[in-house]
Amino acid sequence: MSALARLRLPQQTLMRHLLLAAAAGVVLYLISLALDPFNNLRLAGVAYYFTALAGLTVLTGLNGQISLGHGALMAVGAYSAALLVGRDGWPLAAALAASVVVTAFTGLLVGAVAARLRGPYLAGATLALAVGLPGLALRYPDAFGGENGLDVPPPAPPAWLGETFPLERWQAWIACLCALITLVLLANLVRGRVGRAFRAVRDDEVAAELAGLNVARIQVFAFIVSAACAGLAGGTFVVVTSLAAPGAFQLPLSLALVTGVVLGGLGSLAGAVWGAIALVMLPDWSGDLARALSLSDRVEANLPLAIYGLVLIGVMLAAPGGIQGLFRTGFEWVAARRSTWRPTDDLIDPQRPTPRREEQS
Amino acid sequence: MSRFLDLTLNGISNGMIYAAVATAFVLIWRATRIVNFAQGAMLMFTTFIAWSVIDAGGSYWLGFVVAILSGLILGAVVELVLIRPVEQAPPLNAVIVAIGLLILLQALAGMIWGGTPRSFPPAFSIRGYNLGGHHVLFGPFDLFIVLAVLSAALLLLLLFRGTSIGLQMRASAFEPTVARLQGVRVGRMFTLGWALASAAGSLAGVLIAPAVFVGPNNFDAVTVFGFTAAILGGLDSPLGAVVGGLMLGVALSYVAGYMGSSLVTLAALVILIAVLMVRPTGIFSAAKARRV
Repeated sequence: MSALARLRLPQQTLMRHLLLAAAAGVVLYLISLALDPFNNLRLAGVAYYFTALAGLTVLTGLNGQISLGHGALMAVGAYSAALLVGRDGWPLAAALAASVVVTAFTGLLVGAVAARLRGPYLAGATLALAVGLPGLALRYPDAFGGENGLDVPPPAPPAWLGETFPLERWQAWIACLCALITLVLLANLVRGRVGRAFRAVRDDEVAAELAGLNVARIQVFAFIVSAACAGLAGGTFVVVTSLAAPGAFQLPLSLALVTGVVLGGLGSLAGAVWGAIALVMLPDWSGDLARALSLSDRVEANLPLAIYGLVLIGVMLAAPGGIQGLFRTGFEWVAARRSTWRPTDDLIDPQRPTPRREEQS
Repeated sequence: MSRFLDLTLNGISNGMIYAAVATAFVLIWRATRIVNFAQGAMLMFTTFIAWSVIDAGGSYWLGFVVAILSGLILGAVVELVLIRPVEQAPPLNAVIVAIGLLILLQALAGMIWGGTPRSFPPAFSIRGYNLGGHHVLFGPFDLFIVLAVLSAALLLLLLFRGTSIGLQMRASAFEPTVARLQGVRVGRMFTLGWALASAAGSLAGVLIAPAVFVGPNNFDAVTVFGFTAAILGGLDSPLGAVVGGLMLGVALSYVAGYMGSSLVTLAALVILIAVLMVRPTGIFSAAKARRV
């Protein structure tokens, strides 16, 4: 953040984030007015992917725990919301809040195990979760609707918006609101004491413990926060698609979420925006590409997956900081050049150690 | 009672396959301290190659040999091209590269062979042996599975314990710097470790293929079970991998038989969590438990 921006924005972190979120809300509002229904659904898709990615990037990028099971956690949120809205007739906001709580509790269970596990063990446990959990829906078809899943009535736009208000725009608003709430809460969390603790635990557990941090509790807490985001994303997913079915939450979703986080830049909330846009647009772009090259159906169907794979490998080998990392490298290069005639630039403060991994937005 | 016997025998033959996958995970973990999440996709790919050989008129045994050889080559290539560049980076990077390879190989298999699962022939009859008028769930092919995996494990044991190459591999895994100073070509040992692990995975792929069919995603479950078995054994111990595989195979067979097959993957998770709660580094691990 340049010195100019710091002057204009409030010093208080919370106020600054709220102000930025309000500005983002206005921009999103204008975008949603300009978009047709189909693209409004895409906007909603970006919003719920962002909600999930933001939680995952905090867990993986800032706390150093990898989860291959966030797709399954989204399923927990989605089914909670679907059951509460569709079967029990709860109001939407209450159902979404409840699905966050349910998923956070699931995250507590997984996280309690996770805190005892080092990286590979944790990844394996979450992988088993991703593969195993959708099986529950098939095992108990009476409660979870089996293969076909649960249908949910779409949320009706309130009457004061007018008779002709498009449903898709209303869905996009709900999804964007959830994403902004997540963004503000997470941005505050990672700027403060908790975020520092997350990073300390990631970088050196022994040192963190010596500094008086309870490593296990912090790791579990990171997992709960991340799971809560996934739960909200799952609930929003149901609002947008009106369906909670096991097919949507299989392993490929979990892997796509990891791809989004890595592509955007591990640990970066701004990067999560890039990741979410990529996850929504990539299937379409790859479809266009396949048609332009007149590839066979078989190749076209697998092209998005192949691109995910190449992205994961390519980013890790060439640019481990992801898109946001590239931006930051660019900014710092410019700042370093400017600093030759303005040595007070805070970006080259010798007191500040070089960050070991890319982080922050 | 006969059902219990059936489920136990079936669990043993499945468990041996999980043990082979677990061995693949353990070999790579020992060599390079990386969990190879691409293992499932790699063995899927080599099994598809074997299927193509058999489908084109080759004999079963030709396909079998081709699967093992392509496994060796694939493992070595993956280590040299993809893993070597991230070996010095944080462990998370290697995990992500492996996940990328998993996705990429699944997509490539879908592009080449399509998403429809293909049937794969067993080496021998799958009809169960007749024990006192009752056909148990254990036939010549199951016997072949058990013998094949056991002999593969024995070969690996001989290699590690009885040869100079094995000693160099153990030294490279244990203390790379010192091994290098002693003149061991550590990089080559890592490549060899990956190749052997990948071949062990290919063996498992060919053995499980008649049961699960050959498709891009058909080996996901067996990979998760193999990984679970490896963790149960402690990730560091080849013996633990075999025992963990057997235990998991039998336990999951009971779950499938008495509670329903759709709960099997979830049961694997529950077993994994239960064991890790009691022994965070697995049953056979000599390593110290993590204290947090």
